[in-house]
Amino acid sequence: MPVIDLATTPLRDLNKALHSIQQGSNDVTYEIANPRGSHAVAVGIAGPVTVEVNGSVGYYCAGMNDGGTVTVHGSAGPGVAENMMSGTVVIEGDASQYAGATGRGGLLVIKGNAASRCGISMKGIDIVVHGNIGHMSAFMGQSGHLVVLGDAGDALGDSLYEAKLFVRGAVKSLGADCIEKEMRPEHLQKLAELFEKAGVNDVRPEEFKRYGSARKLYNFNIDNADAY
Amino acid sequence: MCGIVGLFLKDSRLEPQLGQLLSDMLITMTDRGPDSAGIAIYGSAAEGRAKVTIQSAKPGIDFADLEQDLAEAGLPARVVLKSTHAVIAIAASRLADVRSVLAAIRPDVRIMGSGDSVEIYKEVGLPKDVVARFDVRAMGGSHGIGHTRMATESAVTTLGAHPFSTGSDQCLVHNGSLSNHNNLRRELIREGMTFETQNDSEVAAAYLTAEMAKGKDLGQALTSALDDLDGFFTFVVGTKSGFGVVRDPIACKPAVMAETDRYVAFGSEYRALVNLPGIDSASVWEPEPATVYFWDHQKAA
Repeated sequence: MPVIDLATTPLRDLNKALHSIQQGSNDVTYEIANPRGSHAVAVGIAGPVTVEVNGSVGYYCAGMNDGGTVTVHGSAGPGVAENMMSGTVVIEGDASQYAGATGRGGLLVIKGNAASRCGISMKGIDIVVHGNIGHMSAFMGQSGHLVVLGDAGDALGDSLYEAKLFVRGAVKSLGADCIEKEMRPEHLQKLAELFEKAGVNDVRPEEFKRYGSARKLYNFNIDNADAY
Repeated sequence: MCGIVGLFLKDSRLEPQLGQLLSDMLITMTDRGPDSAGIAIYGSAAEGRAKVTIQSAKPGIDFADLEQDLAEAGLPARVVLKSTHAVIAIAASRLADVRSVLAAIRPDVRIMGSGDSVEIYKEVGLPKDVVARFDVRAMGGSHGIGHTRMATESAVTTLGAHPFSTGSDQCLVHNGSLSNHNNLRRELIREGMTFETQNDSEVAAAYLTAEMAKGKDLGQALTSALDDLDGFFTFVVGTKSGFGVVRDPIACKPAVMAETDRYVAFGSEYRALVNLPGIDSASVWEPEPATVYFWDHQKAA
């Protein structure tokens, strides 16, 4: 298993190595030492590559991931797994702002807390946060699932489209056009499925509330002008 | 973008290393803003003595015979030269006289800051050059803040660099941009504050000075700032014994903090903190929006 030490290897060399892995290669598991908050670690993976990052990372770790499995044994800076297409990203610690932003697919698991704007403009990604999330999370979320075992900050789901939000703890406030919705059997089933994928085994789907769009702001209506 | 760092020591055994630790933190943040850099360090305060840090574009001319000329103007002082800056040590009772005497005998020097313990060094250029020029690594102290600037609101000049100091032993570094600084500047000028730049961050510093002059402590002044300042900001501020952090309610400017038994540290990014002693076991968190964080040596004692 290749070990890349970012104290001695330039980041560009690491990402180049990850991008050049051929289909059918045996060396598909990489270990990264000394990330020390580096930006853009393991960005642009486009295949079934496994990356274990031993330490904390900076901006945009695992951005655009398409099929890789990236685990950060530490915390992540802003924009982790931004625009992920598929695959899995696991953050053992906390994540900073806009984790999983604009993600189109795959699974992002944050074992600690996530800061503001978690899942902003999410477009199909599934995000499971074991701790709390900050303000303006899932802003303009279009598709996918955001599951929060802890609490959510202000303005959850502001201007939400069709992303589905599940929160177990308290929600400080809901954003414009975001409302609490009924938990139907298919939602309980979906949660159980996401728990299984994300390795969550100490909570029950029934403990969660579901939030979604009231669909009042999709098309401009002068009567709703104050809500925009 | 700008990069901010701050370090507030709880364990006095770390004090000799303050300059070294802060320098490394600031240099790590160079790529967030490479046009100018500055650092404020709170060193030991000698009883009854005060310090004034001054800057000159022509140090060879302005600082020559300065000690003698100050004495002749009735202001006995000791002057320590450091590149384009000099620190004037005087009796605390004469602090208020320094500005008028300097204006008379050295009209071109600029006052960077003054107080019982603070020294401020800032210049155009990269953090590594600024730090080397003023030998910041050799400096000890109890707390300090630093800034590397990407200019957005005003000119790239020495005075436009951070930290901004508008009151005795007070200073501020800012990442962000204020939208109501022109109005606020006008109001503060009416209240008697003076300004040396068109920089929005100087307005924030002057605002806090004015609030504290009304009797508020740093924590209370920062709380008021949340109501009165409009725009994006992450501020890190220092006073003689205090260290504060506040972010605006949107909080899109990055900030990360770390605390151990030995220190409280601030960085725009986690990278700035990775060389601090014991960082692996520190409590690391992002300051919440619209929330004031404040530490004080006097309150802790």
